[in-house]
Amino acid sequence: MLDKIVIANRGEIALRILRACRELGIKTVAAYSEADREQKHVFLADESVCIGPAASIDSYLNIPAVISAAEVTDAVAIHPGYGFLSENADFAEHVEQSGFVFIGPRAETIRIMGDKVSAIAAMKDAGVPCVPGSDGPVSENSKDLFQIARDIGYPVIIKASGGGGGRGMRVVHSEAALKTAIALTKSEAATTFGNDMVYMEKYLQHPRHVEIQVLADEHGNAIHLGERDCSMQRRHQKVIEEAPAPGITEETRNTIGALCVKACQRIGYRGAGTFEFLYEDNNFYFIEMNTRVQVEHPVTELVTGVDIVKEQLHIANGDELTYKQEDIQIRGHAVECRINAEDPETFMPSPGTITHYHPPGGPGVRVDTHVYQGYKVPPHYDSMIGKLIVHGENRDLALRRMSTALSEIIIDGIKTNIPLHQKLVTNAAFMTGGTDIHYLEDKLGLK
Amino acid sequence: MDIRKVKKLIELLKESGVSEIEVHEGEESVRISSHHVTSSHQAVAQAPQAPVPQANVVPVAIEAPMPSTDEGHIVKSPMVGIFYSSSSPDTSPFAEIGQAVEKGDVLCIVEAMKIMNQIEADAGGVISKIFVENGEPIEYGQPLFALK
Repeated sequence: MLDKIVIANRGEIALRILRACRELGIKTVAAYSEADREQKHVFLADESVCIGPAASIDSYLNIPAVISAAEVTDAVAIHPGYGFLSENADFAEHVEQSGFVFIGPRAETIRIMGDKVSAIAAMKDAGVPCVPGSDGPVSENSKDLFQIARDIGYPVIIKASGGGGGRGMRVVHSEAALKTAIALTKSEAATTFGNDMVYMEKYLQHPRHVEIQVLADEHGNAIHLGERDCSMQRRHQKVIEEAPAPGITEETRNTIGALCVKACQRIGYRGAGTFEFLYEDNNFYFIEMNTRVQVEHPVTELVTGVDIVKEQLHIANGDELTYKQEDIQIRGHAVECRINAEDPETFMPSPGTITHYHPPGGPGVRVDTHVYQGYKVPPHYDSMIGKLIVHGENRDLALRRMSTALSEIIIDGIKTNIPLHQKLVTNAAFMTGGTDIHYLEDKLGLK
Repeated sequence: MDIRKVKKLIELLKESGVSEIEVHEGEESVRISSHHVTSSHQAVAQAPQAPVPQANVVPVAIEAPMPSTDEGHIVKSPMVGIFYSSSSPDTSPFAEIGQAVEKGDVLCIVEAMKIMNQIEADAGGVISKIFVENGEPIEYGQPLFALK
């Protein structure tokens, strides 16, 4: 097994990775910024290296600093977590060129999937259904631009090829607004992503966000672990996730899952990955692939019994997958609430000291967080401070269990979105299930 | 194992009040125990009750002890890497104790990702202390030199 790895991330996912390493006997090196000296995983790691000042660009996004941390500690591999450098193909390439194992897919795969236009082409090639679209880049001067849009059918959405995760998008309802929308999106994309390529897709009005978790090793084995429904979103950021997706039959799951597995094998995928779809009127439409472990991985772990982070480590070690497809059963229902340090109504970030922390407990309750009483939530990073996840025999029970857990958890000293979650898990439409990605913003009057 | 590292471990042991340290480095290892009599309350210095969790073994942190504030201007490392006092094993060090340096003078090399980075003094002064040793792994912000 890998001897020692650098955890090139922070917060709850760094702690998650550390725990998996502990179970596999892998020594851990915590690479952290000056603002993160007092993180729980830094205290628990076998070694720790300060890699830069608070600003992400100089620390967690600093490729030489992260790789140097591996060099000075004689680590053999680097786990990038999620966000930061996890989907940076250049980073993956540098890691491997420097003689370390990158815990994730090959750099080339990350590059293909990171460019949304090439990702869609690769998926179409593999027989995965995609959103009707321009099948390539568009610009305000494209020949047949208006025809392309008419063929797709308004409303359409202009998306940045170098974007993703909900950023760099603009909806167009009529031909009159099309050219301007494209020009604006291109210029924003150039500034934000350093790449002004944009493409066009049909804008689905009431889709749900359903994604498929896959695992693939270096021996040609690939399996899917079923789906997650992440439709409860605000500004394209997921707020609540669940597995399985309400209303999806086992047959549907197996069909779309098998297509994703085939796509993995075709592109030589390695590691954990997620195929994201928009799901409307019983149809799946591929939008993008995330070539890393995701925030919401725990809901899949709870319904399948598979430890996804340990599987990532096994795969990076060159092992075959622990499970075969027939071993994967979906049992019960899991729900995850992302706990953010923010005002529950204005969503303004709320960094500061957690003066009082009390976690919930009981059967089927899992808390993935790095915070503790006295911990200072720094202002430099995103506001997610933990995840509250529950598992129950069925969806009703899981939601009731979540409601109980939300009533028990105490985080004082900072504001959190716990009151928002309390409202959502008892919301009638959400309790019925199947709410779409616009529900949270529309019905609750949020924007 | 470097005798200087062992000496540092002994100091760490004394300063922290931990009763035993065992360090493994590749195939080498060393265990250091202190035999002073402790009161029964302190018998086992493992996971304390404080809300801040502690590792069971003293972690091999790469940080050097913090210098006191009256030591003048501290030149800190701007990057993670290996500290070298000279440009090659047979040349003399860039900076020695007592040497006067100006802002911009090269004080040492930090090797990171196979690149030898020359580290310049960010202020002028006379080198009064060198906190690290040739070949030692260092982290961002680690004190290297004290200038008076």
